[in-house]
Amino acid sequence: MDLFDIVFYCFALIAVGSAVVVVFSRNIMYAAFALLFAFFGIAGLYVLLQADFLAVTQILIYIGGILVLMLFGVMLTNRVVDVDIKTGTLQIVPAAILAAVVGGSLSGVFYSTWSTVSGTPSDVATTTPAIGEMLMTSYILPFEIASIILLVALIGAAMIARRKT
Amino acid sequence: MLTEFGRVLIFFIIGAVFVAGGLVTAWLIRPNRPYPSKLTTYECGEVPIGDTRVRFNIRFYVIALIFLIFDVEVVFLFPWALVYSQLGWFAFVEMVIFIVILFVGYAYVWRKGDLDWDRPAPKIPTFEKGVGVREDHLLEEQVVGS
Amino acid sequence: MEFFIISVIKIVIVLLIILTVVANLVYVERKVSAAIQNRIGPNRVGPWGLLQSPADVLKLFIKEDIVPSTANPFIHSLAPVISISVALVTFAVVPFGGSVELFGHQVKLMIADVNIGVLYILALTSLGVYGVTLSGWSSNNKYSLLGGLRAAAQLISYELSLGLSIIGVVMISGSLELDRIVEMQSGFQWNAFLTPIGFITFIVASFAETNRLPFDLPEAEPELVGGYHTEYSGMKFGTFFLAEYANMITASSLIVTLFLGGWQFPFLETFGLPAMMATVVQVLTFVTKVAFVLFFFIWIRWTIPRFRYDQLMNLGWKVMLPLALVNLVITGGLILAGLF
Repeated sequence: MDLFDIVFYCFALIAVGSAVVVVFSRNIMYAAFALLFAFFGIAGLYVLLQADFLAVTQILIYIGGILVLMLFGVMLTNRVVDVDIKTGTLQIVPAAILAAVVGGSLSGVFYSTWSTVSGTPSDVATTTPAIGEMLMTSYILPFEIASIILLVALIGAAMIARRKT
Repeated sequence: MLTEFGRVLIFFIIGAVFVAGGLVTAWLIRPNRPYPSKLTTYECGEVPIGDTRVRFNIRFYVIALIFLIFDVEVVFLFPWALVYSQLGWFAFVEMVIFIVILFVGYAYVWRKGDLDWDRPAPKIPTFEKGVGVREDHLLEEQVVGS
Repeated sequence: MEFFIISVIKIVIVLLIILTVVANLVYVERKVSAAIQNRIGPNRVGPWGLLQSPADVLKLFIKEDIVPSTANPFIHSLAPVISISVALVTFAVVPFGGSVELFGHQVKLMIADVNIGVLYILALTSLGVYGVTLSGWSSNNKYSLLGGLRAAAQLISYELSLGLSIIGVVMISGSLELDRIVEMQSGFQWNAFLTPIGFITFIVASFAETNRLPFDLPEAEPELVGGYHTEYSGMKFGTFFLAEYANMITASSLIVTLFLGGWQFPFLETFGLPAMMATVVQVLTFVTKVAFVLFFFIWIRWTIPRFRYDQLMNLGWKVMLPLALVNLVITGGLILAGLF
């Protein structure tokens, strides 16, 4: 067990432990706060996988964007911070189905690609220029479609938010 | 690459130790004499009224939503900017298309007023003849009375 | 093991320097503001008031820490730590000199040569929201909450222009490494001259991200008491204070690194100095440039009045964002025209 493994298990522990807190916390603010550490742990795991761009994007988008949105949502909702939220067995059947589907597909991917992955990743310099080249050559269509999806999301979000006021 | 991120981790840990050291030292040497009115929240000397966690303007939420969309755009732009000088005109045209599509959305939220911040209409105080004089008079009476 | 020791030594030195500079920056700010307003400024503690900062720090250490009984003590204590960590850790990727030969090793004068330095900075900047928001929320005070929420909305609004103006620099240098970006700016090929619009949007966004006047709405004294740190006292308040000034130093270093040539002294290589001397000159150049930008920060603070909140949001969303996008297209066109 070398340093790499120790750091890996630390980040894994942070990610999984915080995720458990997110699910079982009675205080919605603590749940949101634990999510911060869960995202952070996952970003650490990405770094260990040599996916530097992905790690930074994880922090930038998930912690700096989505979680801020969630915090605003919590603060905007009247009195929700003080109310104990039920994290019991209210929706056990849909939850079990969803968990089975996600877990099943993940392990499917895991077992189908297991043989092609060899050991720890080699120490690559950086992944970002390669990503840029791929986006501009092989994946040009998904790239432009992404912008249309963002446009739709923007207009949709603005319309829904406006209706509430 | 890992060694450099390892250095960042070490920096983070040492920095945390520095800050924690300061806070713990302060915790050890400072006095601690609380009493109930010291522990109330500050509201300009008054006893706090009502609940703190009131509902907020939905604008904050809308702004965060719009921010999230553009944040994703910025992240897409970085790999492009990195290889830009090698790819030339093609990359330029592709990116202009990308930006223009998003600009449509930007123009939409601007036009619909989602970027405007609510502001109460300014109330310009109006005066009638004689009012000012009467108030001065009242003020004098109060001073005398008190 | 050797790598580890060198890193730790570098980190401790840099941290000590930053913390010392932060403490004395408060003194400098008070003296400069006094000069601007035709006052004397601190002059009682030590000669010319030079010991004012140590005295202030000592005072903060022995002050009682008052946490409101309705506050959330855990998050209340964690919020200042988040603020200061973000401010300090950003400094890890800033190069403050070229590389030196020490005991047979080539040592780069930066803490971590992260290959995606620019994105790393942006990611950490986006974490700055949490310190203010969580402190505002956990204090259970109306002013704190208002200040925290305002700060959050302000930070995310200006983060976009910050990121977009950096993209112009990345396009010119073709690299995300700060070290490489500095090397590209040799002579007077500073990015400030190559992308002037990006330079201006970056400076304005930096002011907003550091909550400095004219963007200090989160702690606007006349309307919000102390803003998000109204309920903080003692060393926890001190930590927020430290974080604000550390942020200022980090922002100034980034402005210098990205736009003002970093540690490059124009045409230094033509003087033919020995390697060690050249490094010393480089570090001094970096420090001088940062000092100038810091002075600019202070100067602006004591010269310009504060925005109203709707003006601030309008500036961020309706002026800065389109300007930064236009800057991208202009920079892209100029690069294609072969001007850089």
